[in-house]
Amino acid sequence: MSSGAANAASVQRSAAARVTWRSRLRGATHRAGLIALTVVALLAFYEGYNWLWRATGWTWPFPADDTTLPHLWTIFKAFADPAQVNQPSLFSVLMHKALFTAKEAFAGFVLGALFGFALGAVLAHSKLLQRGFLPYIVGSQTIPILAIAPMVVIWVNPKLPAGMQGWGAVAVISAYLTFFPVAVNSLRGLNSADPRMLELMRTYAASTWTVLWKVRFPASLPYVFSALKVAATASVVGAIIGELPSGLQSGLGGAILNFNQYYSIEPQELWATNIVAALLGIIFFLAVLGAEKAVVRRAPERRA
Amino acid sequence: MTEPTTVVSVSGVTKTFPRGNVTALQDINLDLGAGEFISLIGPSGCGKSTLLRVIGDLVEPTSGSVTINGKSAHQARTDRDYGIVFQDAVLFDWRTVSKNIELPLEMLGWDRPKRRTRVAEMLALVELTGFGDHHPWQLSGGMQQRVSIARALAFEPALLLMDEPFGALDEMTRERLNLELLSIWQQLQSTVVFVTHSISEAVFLSTRVVVMSPRPGRIAGIVDIDLPGPRSVETREDPRFFELVTEVRELLRMRGEHLLPEEEAAVAGEDA
Repeated sequence: MSSGAANAASVQRSAAARVTWRSRLRGATHRAGLIALTVVALLAFYEGYNWLWRATGWTWPFPADDTTLPHLWTIFKAFADPAQVNQPSLFSVLMHKALFTAKEAFAGFVLGALFGFALGAVLAHSKLLQRGFLPYIVGSQTIPILAIAPMVVIWVNPKLPAGMQGWGAVAVISAYLTFFPVAVNSLRGLNSADPRMLELMRTYAASTWTVLWKVRFPASLPYVFSALKVAATASVVGAIIGELPSGLQSGLGGAILNFNQYYSIEPQELWATNIVAALLGIIFFLAVLGAEKAVVRRAPERRA
Repeated sequence: MTEPTTVVSVSGVTKTFPRGNVTALQDINLDLGAGEFISLIGPSGCGKSTLLRVIGDLVEPTSGSVTINGKSAHQARTDRDYGIVFQDAVLFDWRTVSKNIELPLEMLGWDRPKRRTRVAEMLALVELTGFGDHHPWQLSGGMQQRVSIARALAFEPALLLMDEPFGALDEMTRERLNLELLSIWQQLQSTVVFVTHSISEAVFLSTRVVVMSPRPGRIAGIVDIDLPGPRSVETREDPRFFELVTEVRELLRMRGEHLLPEEEAAVAGEDA
């Protein structure tokens, strides 16, 4: 009886797994529509607040005027205008800067993820190291990044080849923010392997490396990807903050510092830069999400 | 009939667990001939699973020794002399069915074409042809357990250890898989050690049934199953089948004074 039911359920499930192209397209359209609707609602809320607070003169929680909340059209117009006299448009300037920051963030993300995973893998194999090192790893994250950035710049820059001067050090600062969630989650993920699977590998007389590669690593992937999603946005933030003490002008961090000084005159330029920075973070996040979808094949109940 | 060569030899095996000072196994002696199908049966806590694990070198005996094909159990494990099936299928959900069956072959360093060929054979053997590209969670419990059996048999081990492989399945699936297992066993002529707590399953499958009793775990008796082969659905209606089931049940009952009430209920309720 129940076997028949189970078989029927499994047939149904495998039919569902073979989703047609058409229903997939419908799903994608659905999602895109939902995202567009959310964006429109948020923009409407922004302008709605702006309009009502300006009309009534309300000041709580904060007043609305051209400095605190520049109109959307002012911000979008700022993209098209030249950033300075006789210069290309702000949009074009910000795209170049975003690309530069993206390079730093990507290098930092890869560096941090690799280091974080390696650290997690080492700790997963030794309870002693785990107990000894974990407090310092946690401690490393309580130091504000701004406090260590100058040292990193001084230590790292002289060791870099000419082509990596400046941005290479920022990548290391970004990696400092990235490695932590990856290390902690890798440790958890590598230890999450089913003990019965480990026992099965024992019957095959598998080496520690084989077990790591064939059982622990695949078992850890849902955990690792959760961490990579956090790390993806952290790497962008890390790169932007890392640019500040490095005195780099080529990235978004430099632009933010610069536009900060002119905020009272031209707030829309900082707003525009922030939008670009946020979009960069979102692109990083979506890239990891896409990689996860392509790589992780787990039973529905085991997907983290 | 000539005496078959001994595949597994358990001599004087005792296993105590320091925690709670439990004697899981006490002075177990057992020889398995080539091609035998042996069932270990008994109430929970009788050490039947522990004995299987000692044979598989997954648990170290406190004293005594196990030899497999004349080698130590440890050597046999390192040489990958046996395949094992657990109560749960223990399939890797990130691998497809085919890739799961390939796993031990990868460990043995087989090349890809050779692995593919063998996987196709194994899928046919457990009647899952066409399911190779599915992921485990897309299969029913019975199908998953068949994949697990295919994986254990893929490298043709002469010895197959099975720890309550059908315990989590419903009665109808279990009886069907019993028949399948017997036909596989006859094809491959391997030696099987089969842990179960179902009397009828033990009698139906085995050439010998080893009845164990708990606290301390020991062998209460061994019943030779002289049912004619090949066994089929009709075997379960053979009067001799019922006699043997009764004989095993009596052996389990005789030790009843050692059982906790709930265990006795489990023994009595079996096959009711």
